[in-house]
Amino acid sequence: MMKSLGSIRRSFAPWADPASKPFISVKNVTKKFGDFTAVDDLSLNIYTREFFALLGASGCGKSTLLRMLAGFEQPTSGEIILDGQNLAGIPPYRRPVNMMFQSYALFPHMTVENNIAFGLKQDGMPKPEIAERVAQMLKLVKLEKFAQRRPHQLSGGQRQRVALARSIAKRPKVLLLDEPLGALDKKLREETQFELMDLQQELGLTFVIVTHDQEEAMTMADRIAVMSHGKVVQVATPAEIYEAPNSRFVADFIGDVNLFDGTVIGVEGGSLRIETTSGIQLRMASPEKPASGAKAAVAIRPEKIRISRQPPDHAPVNTAEGEIWDIGYLGDMTVFHVRLKDGKVVKASSLNAVRAVEDPLGYDQQIWISFGEDAGVVLKD
Amino acid sequence: MEKWSRFNVASVVLGFGFLYLPIVLLVIFSFNESKLVTVWAGFSTKWYSQLWHNQGLLDAAWVTIRVGLLSATCATVLGTLAAVALVRYSRFRGRVLFSGMVYAPLVMPEVITGLSLLLLFVAIGLDRGFWTITLAHITFTMCFVAVVVQSRLLSFDQSIEEAALDLGATPVRTFFAITLPVIAPAVFSGWVLAFTLSLDDLVISSFTTGPGATTLPMKIYSQVRLGVTPEINAICTILIGIVALGVVVASIVTKRREVHRERDERAAIAAIG
Amino acid sequence: MAKLASALVSRLVIIVPYAWLLFFFLIPFFIVFRISLSQTAVAMPPYTPVFDLAGGLAGILEKAREFSVDNYVWLTDDALYFNAYVSSLVIAAISTLLTLLIGFPIAYGMAKAPRSIRPTLLMLVILPFWTSFLIRVYAWIAILKPEGLLNQFLTTIGIIDQPLIILNTNSAIYIGIVYSYLPFMVLPIYSALEKMDNSLIEAAQDLGCTPTSAFWRVTFPLSLPGVVAGCLLVFIPAVGEFVIPDLLGGSETLMIGKTLWSEFNANRDWPVSSAVAIILLMILVIPIVYFQNVQAKADSEGK
Repeated sequence: MMKSLGSIRRSFAPWADPASKPFISVKNVTKKFGDFTAVDDLSLNIYTREFFALLGASGCGKSTLLRMLAGFEQPTSGEIILDGQNLAGIPPYRRPVNMMFQSYALFPHMTVENNIAFGLKQDGMPKPEIAERVAQMLKLVKLEKFAQRRPHQLSGGQRQRVALARSIAKRPKVLLLDEPLGALDKKLREETQFELMDLQQELGLTFVIVTHDQEEAMTMADRIAVMSHGKVVQVATPAEIYEAPNSRFVADFIGDVNLFDGTVIGVEGGSLRIETTSGIQLRMASPEKPASGAKAAVAIRPEKIRISRQPPDHAPVNTAEGEIWDIGYLGDMTVFHVRLKDGKVVKASSLNAVRAVEDPLGYDQQIWISFGEDAGVVLKD
Repeated sequence: MEKWSRFNVASVVLGFGFLYLPIVLLVIFSFNESKLVTVWAGFSTKWYSQLWHNQGLLDAAWVTIRVGLLSATCATVLGTLAAVALVRYSRFRGRVLFSGMVYAPLVMPEVITGLSLLLLFVAIGLDRGFWTITLAHITFTMCFVAVVVQSRLLSFDQSIEEAALDLGATPVRTFFAITLPVIAPAVFSGWVLAFTLSLDDLVISSFTTGPGATTLPMKIYSQVRLGVTPEINAICTILIGIVALGVVVASIVTKRREVHRERDERAAIAAIG
Repeated sequence: MAKLASALVSRLVIIVPYAWLLFFFLIPFFIVFRISLSQTAVAMPPYTPVFDLAGGLAGILEKAREFSVDNYVWLTDDALYFNAYVSSLVIAAISTLLTLLIGFPIAYGMAKAPRSIRPTLLMLVILPFWTSFLIRVYAWIAILKPEGLLNQFLTTIGIIDQPLIILNTNSAIYIGIVYSYLPFMVLPIYSALEKMDNSLIEAAQDLGCTPTSAFWRVTFPLSLPGVVAGCLLVFIPAVGEFVIPDLLGGSETLMIGKTLWSEFNANRDWPVSSAVAIILLMILVIPIVYFQNVQAKADSEGK
């Protein structure tokens, strides 16, 4: 019986082990295009067999970083070490990395088979071995029947698979993926995400993926680097990024969040007491204990906010009164927009665990929102 | 890789040097004092003033311009129709032959076109002269117009035509109210192309001409055969000057139109925002 | 009623240009063919007609007996014509190759130029096309003459002490054709290269190609449609070229366009010149049909 992927993944955390050596080391890399700084003094480590995601809005420098790993751009300063080798000055065609392009960049004048064999031929691999490897790759991406087709005779999903097969045919040490699923429709994208994860495990490769789609990054990656303006804002596992964002930017960028700005008024046991600008009393668990009077913000995810018709027992702490402003029914859950007394709109979501709710909440209804002490994260701005 | 390498720059610069150097030299030597075209003997415009007293040359220029204006205009109408037929009617009897007849004249050696048209005119008993040259020019230039207009029609968003039809316009009205204004720049450049091709033509004109209808290229050719003279350099310089002026004016007009459009678009966006 | 008018108009859109081209382009070829089968006569027009519709069917049959392939026989008998055809094809082929060798780097350089200056470069390539063909050929006479500007220049910088004899040789014809037809080669290649997605080159390099091998395995094969179109646009008209061999070539230069012209104008032998034209057309029919296919394919892709 094979060990399930989940159990392998749970035990995979080389970044937490100070003894393990990073496979890719990006050290203080800066890349400027004229006056524009695309990547700004950026450092990060990626480990062998890791599925690493670079996540950010367009223009945040994630693609530039990927292109520097591939060798299409040279850093203005800083260095990139791959498996102990400094990559400076090494052209793309001598790097042990391969890239899967956003546009797929399939050669239109070649068949699927020849596209996949391209890199192998370039390396001068003997013909029988090329044929064997190509067949293996076609099987891997389930395109055996399409070997003789040209790229324009394939569907978007099939092209994506050819691009993938071509980029892993040479068994690179690292596979770089630039928005690999961006051109697929939602359903196909979700299926392909899991296929990519299985493939990565099966081949034991290191994947570095660039994406602007946070769900994609959360689903696939072991760790995510959230980037903004050429810098890495946070590098952590998807769960850490979601539950313990280190900044307003990350909290806001990943998923939905309600942010309450306020001032620290004291410490109670392991928790901080914070009063928001509109007077709501909060008590939040926090490892850090800023002094009284410090500015702080509390980020609470919508699914961690409860809605009740009566004030909760712990009132007046961690609760506020409001009215239902908008209701969005999404099928698996319902999102409520609650308007508080001061006009602030808070999002709260609840799972639709049963098919029909007796006496459901309606528009304009007066309700209370509440949350636990460990529901939110205290951010120091 | 997107880099413009030294080799790329060099090939572009040398290529353009090759394209322009002969023309530049020709222009320079039209201002040469000496009758020897290849030895510089000082600046002079005397060859230009001599042109004005060459009645034969002026007559030829007038014939050329009349043929050019008339043939370019007819060729534009016919060529535009041909382009519409090719792009909008993908199926009709004899379409293969039709598209063949549109493309073939683009590459057909001029001596063949010229000879065959001449023999046609003789066969139908048409007196050769101004009108036969004009008919011949319409025939070979309309195909160039058709190709230019066709490429614009191909990149044309057909849904705006469908929108007009949907809003109740007849196909004819749709063509004049929607299609024609959109393809107008291509139709205009087709006209300009037809006009310059007509001005330029030597071989077809020579075959189809008759007594009393000598075009400028024919005149120039008969003098060139006798050798290089500064007078011909002067005529050529004037012709080049006219073309250069036309190109500059055309590019200024398009540039201004673009600037206007951008400004309008920005104003529209500002109005919405 | 309006519907009927519309249908009529859409008919006319096809019929008018169709009829024009049939009458002024296609039918003349049949006339040329007919005359090529008739006898030379010293008259005006200088041939005896093969068909005379006034004679009716009997007349046509009567005349059909007078059909003569004499002109064609004569063409095959006289080595002059055969040599002229062969040398036209050879000169056109060499010139096409030279144009490709010079035009490709220019097109490649233009396609890789910064995006902002590409329209300007494009205009600069097209611009000479607007100036008279005759003028451009004429300009080379002053350059290539024994006492011309090229020889003056080369003598001055001391590369040669005897003037090079270029004018009135085949070299001058090559120069003339390359120069005149260069834009026809550059433009289709440029448009093929410019369309190409740069990430294809990056992908090739990523998979281990040096820039040189990426060029030969990806860039060049993808530019082939442009190369083929460019070569045809140069080769076909160059075979029948008249002005360039007449002005730049020597008296011993044989090109069929020149032969046809002199047969027609100097010898006033219309039947023979018609036969010359028909054979030239038959030689060119294959590349012309091929060119049309290339063109039609490009159009359907454009759709």
